[in-house]
Amino acid sequence: MYSCGDLKKGLKLMIDGEPHVIVSFDFTKPGKGQALYKCKLRNMITGSLFDRTYRSGESFEPASLEDRDMQFLYKDESGYVFMDSKSYEQVTLPEETLGDDKYFLKDNMEVDILMFNDRGIGVTLPNFVNLRVTQSDPWVKGDTAAGNNKPATVESGYTLAVPSFVEEGDLIQIDTRTGQYATRVKE
Amino acid sequence: MEINWALARKMEKLAKRARIVQAIRAFFVANDFLEVETPHRIPGNAPELHIDAVPSAGWFLHTSPELCMKRLLAAGFPKIFQICRCWREGERGSRHLPEYTMLEWYRAGADYRQLMVDCEELLAALAPERNLLWQNRRIDLTPPWPRLSVAEAFARFAGVTAEVALAADRFDEIVALEIEPRLGWEKPVILFDYPAPLAALARRKAENPAVAERFELYIGGLELANAFSELTDPREQRERFAAEEAARRAAGKAPYPVPEPFLQELGHMPEAAGIALGVDRLAMLLTGSTTIDEVTAFTSEDL
Repeated sequence: MYSCGDLKKGLKLMIDGEPHVIVSFDFTKPGKGQALYKCKLRNMITGSLFDRTYRSGESFEPASLEDRDMQFLYKDESGYVFMDSKSYEQVTLPEETLGDDKYFLKDNMEVDILMFNDRGIGVTLPNFVNLRVTQSDPWVKGDTAAGNNKPATVESGYTLAVPSFVEEGDLIQIDTRTGQYATRVKE
Repeated sequence: MEINWALARKMEKLAKRARIVQAIRAFFVANDFLEVETPHRIPGNAPELHIDAVPSAGWFLHTSPELCMKRLLAAGFPKIFQICRCWREGERGSRHLPEYTMLEWYRAGADYRQLMVDCEELLAALAPERNLLWQNRRIDLTPPWPRLSVAEAFARFAGVTAEVALAADRFDEIVALEIEPRLGWEKPVILFDYPAPLAALARRKAENPAVAERFELYIGGLELANAFSELTDPREQRERFAAEEAARRAAGKAPYPVPEPFLQELGHMPEAAGIALGVDRLAMLLTGSTTIDEVTAFTSEDL
């Protein structure tokens, strides 16, 4: 069982017999009062989102989900198709289930597919993916302040903030867990 | 390895934060407050059911410098302030850090009404333009700020009385989820007069002993400060500590020793008022930051 102290973004819980994932989480505590744990939860089967606030002392059942090693094959009208590397069984995930992860999928990428009762309900990507910058404005000369950002778009169409020295054509590493720039890749 | 860009990006806000802390210090020095330093590691804190201290080699890190600062008041120091780190176990959120910076100030011969005025003047010194921009809202800081009693706030926003909420163990969640988010968007709001059981170190109101002279300051839905007219009766203080400590132990929390030196000296403490203000949150407001991480160089996750 989980306690309130375990709650965090990404944690998966069983609520009313269905797996839910915490999509955003905040701890709050009024004045000298009790701790409150504010969660936005997504039902991993229906996709519905709702808010719930828990108080210290409550406990939670972990979601019983199975992770299976799969490979990304292709995308078609039905969604994103993955194949179990051992059994060759195929699983399709709809676009909404992937969210921003769809921008980080590459052909033949090895991923974990989350299964609940033989149904694919989520994907866990490798922590880092390398993608090439296809569009970014040049670095303004004289702009030397450390930490300055500019927007950049990568080959999959995803746009993120990068340090100002990153140029078009550069290969960059993105943290798939946060969607943020990690580092420039030397080629 | 590239330089730490996430940290480099904080340079501008950390520079503003440093100026805020310097301006706080200048404000209190100019108003004849003496800056003091008290130990961060102490035998035990004032017992409070919902505040957990970090153990430290048999003692605890302080959750507030209040006990030592009141001993200074009792020894005759009339106006004192401190800016220090405090630790509260398990408190981590977009507005909470388990290690954070607290400003506390105490005035002998005053009650909580004087501290309300201090807050208005402190903000005037920190934001001479008399307003701030936070969450896309322009908040007017011109004094006087509205004062709203807890009873009025419950009537207006909660649909139940504070007493009913307290009896149903729902007081805190109503304040946090229904009241706090609505306070302080036009001007800062002072929420005052809390039910007496919620103010373990505050004096009860003479004309209505059901409430204690405690207030909290809210700006833009953010709880910024907590203040008391201090309880100076050592006997009542000892009883309240015993009740709170019993509740802590019943909840399985680490026991604190009775703060004997504090209780012994409290009898000498003049009528006084004291307040604790979160410096990180003040920096959030004055730099337009949505999370406490933006105004802190290193959170525990960064270490």
